[in-house]
Amino acid sequence: MLAQHLPALQVVIPLLAAPLCALFRRGFIGWLIAVAANWLAFAASIGLLIRVLNEGVISYAMGGWAPPIGIEYRVDLINVFVLLVVSGVGAVIIPFARTGTAARFNDTDQAWFYTMYLLALTGLLGVTITGDAFNIFVFLEISSLASYVMIAMGRDRRALTAAYQYLIMGTVGATFIVIGIGLLWAMTGTLNLADLAQRIPEINDTRPVLAALAFLTVGISLKLALFPLHLWLPNAYAYAPAVTSAFLAGTATKVAIYLFLRFFYTVFGGGGFFSSTPLPEMFLVLSIVAMFAASTVALFQDDVKRMFAYSSVAQIGFITLGISFVTEAGLTAAMTHLFNHAIMKAGIFMLLGGVMFRLASVKLEDMAGIGRKMPFTMGGIVILGLGLIGTPGTSGFISKWWIVLAALEKDQWWLVALILVASLITMLYVGRIVEVAYFREPSAKAASVREAPLAMLIPAYVLVAATIYFGLDTNWSVGLAQQAAADLLAGLY
Amino acid sequence: MEPADHILLAMLIPTVGALLIVLARSNPNLREAVTLVTAGLLFVNVLQLLPVVLAGGRPELFGFTVTPGLEVAFQVEPLGILFGLIASFLWIVNSFYSIGYMRGNKEPRQTQFYVAFAIALASALGIAFSANLFTLFLFYEILTLSTYPLVAHHGDAKARRGARIYLIILLGTSIVFFIPALVWTLAIAGTLDFMPGGILAGKASGLTTGLLLALFAFGIGKAALMPVHKWLPNAMVAPTPVSALLHAVAVVKAGVFTILKVSVYIFGSDHLLATGASEWLVYLATFSLLAASVIALTKDNLKARLAYSTVSQLGYIVLGAAIATPLALIGAGMHILMHAFGKITLFFVAGAIHTATHKTEISQLNGIGRAMPFTMGAFFIGALSIIGLPPLGGAWSKLYIALGGMDGDYWFVVAALMISSVLNVAYLMPIVVRAFFRPPDPDEHAHDHDHAPVVENGSFRSRIAEAPLLCVVPLMFTAFACFILFFAPDAIQGLLQGMMEVPR
Amino acid sequence: MTEILADLNYWVTIFLLMGGLYIIVAHGNMVKKLVGLSIFQTSVYLLFISPGKVLGGTAPIIAPGFELYSNPLPHVLILTAIVVGVATIALGLALVVRIHEAYGTIEDDEVQEMEAD
Repeated sequence: MLAQHLPALQVVIPLLAAPLCALFRRGFIGWLIAVAANWLAFAASIGLLIRVLNEGVISYAMGGWAPPIGIEYRVDLINVFVLLVVSGVGAVIIPFARTGTAARFNDTDQAWFYTMYLLALTGLLGVTITGDAFNIFVFLEISSLASYVMIAMGRDRRALTAAYQYLIMGTVGATFIVIGIGLLWAMTGTLNLADLAQRIPEINDTRPVLAALAFLTVGISLKLALFPLHLWLPNAYAYAPAVTSAFLAGTATKVAIYLFLRFFYTVFGGGGFFSSTPLPEMFLVLSIVAMFAASTVALFQDDVKRMFAYSSVAQIGFITLGISFVTEAGLTAAMTHLFNHAIMKAGIFMLLGGVMFRLASVKLEDMAGIGRKMPFTMGGIVILGLGLIGTPGTSGFISKWWIVLAALEKDQWWLVALILVASLITMLYVGRIVEVAYFREPSAKAASVREAPLAMLIPAYVLVAATIYFGLDTNWSVGLAQQAAADLLAGLY
Repeated sequence: MEPADHILLAMLIPTVGALLIVLARSNPNLREAVTLVTAGLLFVNVLQLLPVVLAGGRPELFGFTVTPGLEVAFQVEPLGILFGLIASFLWIVNSFYSIGYMRGNKEPRQTQFYVAFAIALASALGIAFSANLFTLFLFYEILTLSTYPLVAHHGDAKARRGARIYLIILLGTSIVFFIPALVWTLAIAGTLDFMPGGILAGKASGLTTGLLLALFAFGIGKAALMPVHKWLPNAMVAPTPVSALLHAVAVVKAGVFTILKVSVYIFGSDHLLATGASEWLVYLATFSLLAASVIALTKDNLKARLAYSTVSQLGYIVLGAAIATPLALIGAGMHILMHAFGKITLFFVAGAIHTATHKTEISQLNGIGRAMPFTMGAFFIGALSIIGLPPLGGAWSKLYIALGGMDGDYWFVVAALMISSVLNVAYLMPIVVRAFFRPPDPDEHAHDHDHAPVVENGSFRSRIAEAPLLCVVPLMFTAFACFILFFAPDAIQGLLQGMMEVPR
Repeated sequence: MTEILADLNYWVTIFLLMGGLYIIVAHGNMVKKLVGLSIFQTSVYLLFISPGKVLGGTAPIIAPGFELYSNPLPHVLILTAIVVGVATIALGLALVVRIHEAYGTIEDDEVQEMEAD
């Protein structure tokens, strides 16, 4: 009975928990509710995964209204994979949230923070699970609005302008997406993704459909921070509270990537249509530019959080590069990296949250010598940084390996070279942090700091452990990604 | 215990040792005791595998599959057991020396030093026993990363710069060249397993083999083949025990070991000989070994000269791997051993001089043999072994490589080796001459009198101003070992012969 | 001319879309930017509503005597979209208030200048 309603529960649990937090107006209770809701959501994702693996695609009629009139929740391997990433990363982050949040906000604000967190989670899970195009827009806006608030709660006043900037760009992006959806609806008379997937391929050379494609491309690219539409991201990640940065870096852009895959592969009809447009070439070029430009900018940042924010733009480049290959290996690489990068980047932002908590700064110069003061925090950052570089033994290597394999499969040696050189730049900026943190005398600020509290370290180390684990056992990351990639290419839904 | 358990223990013992060192950090005596016991246990453990391999066994241990084609698995073969024994044995000697050196020089961050050292050893053993390229690559990178804090040990601007170059070159080459080589090999052969006779034999054309070999040769930066040798002289900023680790125990040895493994078990020596794809590497390695010797001549800093000497000696091993005739390969394998003992002696001496007198330049060493006769005597023996003179171990390996060169019709190689030996004499012997036959510089003592109170006409006893006993005994021991090894070529050849045997 | 008039709703949509976008990009005042954003979003409402109109049809409330109804779906959708739009503008204005408190200005370039130092 419960298993029957898992798709609804996946979204409804955090959605109902959100106002509860607001009602209690108590930081601790809000946190407990958030933890419970997030862990239940994670359990629901696992339950959905088991069901999908056993029974195949799940179609759930929301409220008992049969699709295509009613809203359908449709779960297949592709989105259950993303659901797992989103709820899983959230489940690790939310226990971490307590310490930093309690230290900075009063009870009411804490409760509101958890409310916003749960709404953002609801939105992201909703976007992923729903099989209705307009529903996607609604959930997207729920998650976006909540995340604007979460960003604005950062301690620096620049968090406000970052949130404002993100609000403007995010809304433009979402509006573009809804225009695309509107055009598709006007042409087909349906909003159900499965229905669209059947009708669009017949008319996918008509002008309105191509216009819809253009709007969707730009809108989703804005949301996933594809270079050069990434301008909102660095400030938003840099000045937001640690919980927000970790959560958004691990989930928001990933869900946008899912949307991209869903529209271009599923709705427009598998890999065939996507490769008939000029989009793969465009994405290839933009991805490479992202990898290099963003990494190079990251190299020159003095604020470590900003550095890793730019690094996110570069890493998204790796993901979209995999997508642009339109091959199974390429999509596997993209999905794998989506998974691995979510874990690594969320972990890094959490550990930086620990640094911020003790040091009240994440400026590189202030972090001089903290390697010895905060050995576990910095040790974790080093391991995750190695993951970003793609050192074997970390999950990052697996991502790189698959991307290189995919490039090789297309006989593009120059691409292999570019991918590896881009990894080198990653090595340089991670190395810069290591050198300052370990081999400089502690700065005046750093001299008196202690190790971050365990309540922050333990959740972060779950992700550190995951980074190593998924570097050695890839049954769940690559294994699922590979199946999902095959489904995407075939346009199955 | 099964042989497979010993393989696992070979990596587990140093790892557990590292943890215990951390736990014992507040008590230096206990901490050093942990290091020594760990090193001893490790060597005994690796030694258990030797009879099995000598009897023709190839103990295996399968770890797990990471992603199709990438497996973590271990297999002990002759070359691996040789490298494993060298690394684990020299760790014991080096640990004694480290204690003397680190305490004598009052180095900071000693716990970090011993921990990183133990992890480096664990990864060296992982490299030695890996059954496929991926496993080797995994531990190769761990070795780079675990030695980075050792190179940066002093923490000053110079050390940071040296360590940065170290990391960028080693990690960089492995990312840009080694990874594509792995992918390409997997694409051609469908496997990355080390197999006698090679996995690319008959599958890769001559051109492909040549290109792939280039990716390997430059991707394995630890082999310090010119022009990717720059990291080695730059890493000289590290404390001497670290230099010993880099030059003799693990790091460069891991590099040339990998090159040999690739040559024998990935390409297959017959395949290399048949396609002639490694010919260019013969020329490059010859150039590398000659050029490095010439550069060594120009260096006044003792450790820098020794560093270029290492680059040159590594050239011999790469040369052996490139010639790829059986004798050359055995010579190359043997040279890993011989050079390890010779060079560790020389570095121990450099460190002992530094500990006793704080001198680092060769031009300051006039007459130092009077104050440090045991140390400089050991230097003399080590130098002779590096040059390749009997009755010292180094003579054999060079002979084998030269003979291998003749087998492969590379006559110029023989000539180059002779020139190189002369160059070796030219850059090593003056140090000995200076130490024993030049009078000490008078102003130097006045300046440094509390370190080296050299009394011109005193009795032998009063002239002596050696480094701490824990520094001097290990270096005399390794010098003696160079001598012993002269009598062991048959045993080593017998062991290494095993790597040529292709199972029918 | 009749062709243009036939597609009048689309022309208006495009006009609002471009106008809104222009305001967002061209104006430095953060409140004006939000006004632009609002106009920009309004264009979407029109885009959805207009194709839903069935000529001669009446409001989609079932009542005796009426056969032809307009499509009710876009109304539902756009009702939601309007709610989203209101929430966005409300949040945006709240942020502007806070920015004014923190910086003492709501001009984009002045804020950027203050952030630079």
